[in-house]
Amino acid sequence: MMLAVYSLWRRDVIRFLRQPSRIIGALLTPVIFWFVIGSGLGSSFEGGFLPYYFPGSLALIVLFTAIFSTISIIEDRQEGFLQGVLASPAPRAAIVLGKALGSTTLAVLNGVMFLLLIPFSGLTPGPGDLLGAVACVALLGLALSGLGILIAWPLKSTQGFHAIMNVVLVPLWLLSGALFPAAGASAWVRALMQVNPLTPAVDILRAFLTGVPAANLATAAGTVAAFALVTLSIATLLVSRPSQ
Amino acid sequence: MASPALEVTDLRHRYGERESLRGLGFSVAAGDLFALLGPNGGGKTTLFRIISTLIAPTSGTLEVFGVDVVAHPAQARRSMGVVFQSPAVDPWLTVLENLRHHGYLYGLSGATLGRGVERALERFGLSPRASDRVGTLSGGLRRRVELAKALLPEPPLLVLDEPSSGLDPTARRELLQELRRLRDDEGTTIVLTTHMIEEAAVADRVGILHEGQLVAIGAPADLVEAIGADILTIDPAGNATALQQKIKERFGLDATLVGPNLRIERKRAHEFVPKLVEAFGSEIASVSVGKPTLEDVFTHHTGTRLSS
Repeated sequence: MMLAVYSLWRRDVIRFLRQPSRIIGALLTPVIFWFVIGSGLGSSFEGGFLPYYFPGSLALIVLFTAIFSTISIIEDRQEGFLQGVLASPAPRAAIVLGKALGSTTLAVLNGVMFLLLIPFSGLTPGPGDLLGAVACVALLGLALSGLGILIAWPLKSTQGFHAIMNVVLVPLWLLSGALFPAAGASAWVRALMQVNPLTPAVDILRAFLTGVPAANLATAAGTVAAFALVTLSIATLLVSRPSQ
Repeated sequence: MASPALEVTDLRHRYGERESLRGLGFSVAAGDLFALLGPNGGGKTTLFRIISTLIAPTSGTLEVFGVDVVAHPAQARRSMGVVFQSPAVDPWLTVLENLRHHGYLYGLSGATLGRGVERALERFGLSPRASDRVGTLSGGLRRRVELAKALLPEPPLLVLDEPSSGLDPTARRELLQELRRLRDDEGTTIVLTTHMIEEAAVADRVGILHEGQLVAIGAPADLVEAIGADILTIDPAGNATALQQKIKERFGLDATLVGPNLRIERKRAHEFVPKLVEAFGSEIASVSVGKPTLEDVFTHHTGTRLSS
């Protein structure tokens, strides 16, 4: 079991490191988002938008990394690599876990590189806070990878994934408090934000990075962990089911 | 008595309206080189995907060394090496990395894996290319990596889907040689699908798959023998159907229209040629008489030609 997890994880990391365009793409997009949107909205936001938006950008990096990493499942299926894995005796849970850990590792790598921009953000978290943020990135990475796997698994084309990304995943991020706080939003948006499993993750990141205390850090972390457990479990069930 | 390597019982597969397997039943003895011969779309790949546990049959059973692939897929997978038609290697990884990865999936590690990889590289002449990315290799070399990979866990059964598709004749010959050597030296059971007569002819036994059904099974020589006649092939100068009718009226013989030609199975066919030419000489461009081949076995059972 662990050998298979290790091997699939290792493959994802190697592939990533051998495709520099992926590193640049995953990293640059949120930086541009953060800097352009943040600067554009800057003055109309109390306390400046750049610092508010920083944790949200970090969440976006995790989301993008998870998406780009799990979308490869569809390519692997088309190219044939996946059938080799599925015909092997590796436990199906190991296949899901290997993929999720690979994607999470990349999310953490990208997240850490983004955190190097902290000095330009006007935020001043301590070393402990940064560690907490990285831990949250990892947990969120697992959850979104699980979500990505269970979306990608039944799809035949990457175009389908892009559609779901635009209709489901990006709104999930928009409504997580990453871009705007719940306080000023209309009631139905507030309700959506409340049930969005991404919201507590962004809350945690904001708590660690900006010092704005989260309502209840333990509950928030528990919610993200539960989110990860649910998506990974459903993904495993999906992968275990023989196709027709 | 030990279980056969493969035991297929009343296997059916339906996908929507399409029934690609319609009640297959056969078995492959351990140590055999078995070929499933049939045209593309005849159900070979569906059967292959059921054997390799990628899809489940609609009904019926398939056992690998006595293990039901639907009930106990993990156990069945352990005794199989699978070579897919589309490459199942990662082009971004090196040959060595691909092999190690495959070993890990089969639970190999440490010195056992190291020795296995070393042996696989050597055996398929891949050692000098071990640290090359698979994406940079030629088609023939890539196929060797596939084979090396599938054999790494030393499976008692090796299944291959159209293994020589995309290979040049030399590479194809080498592959068949390697498969025979594998059967002889290691006692590995080999099941391959193919639409090529030459490939099926080297097998110990051949199953002919046509429109989801097994129409004949046996050793190539026995299948040919069973026809018990020579094959007369007529290339009509004019209308083939009209000639077919005339032959029927004159000689009471059923000629089958296969492609543009008429085909007659008949003992001592050479003695019939003069009579035929005398009767319809002007309507015949050429006539040939031959001993039946596996291609004729296919036509005999299906009324169509395998190769176009």
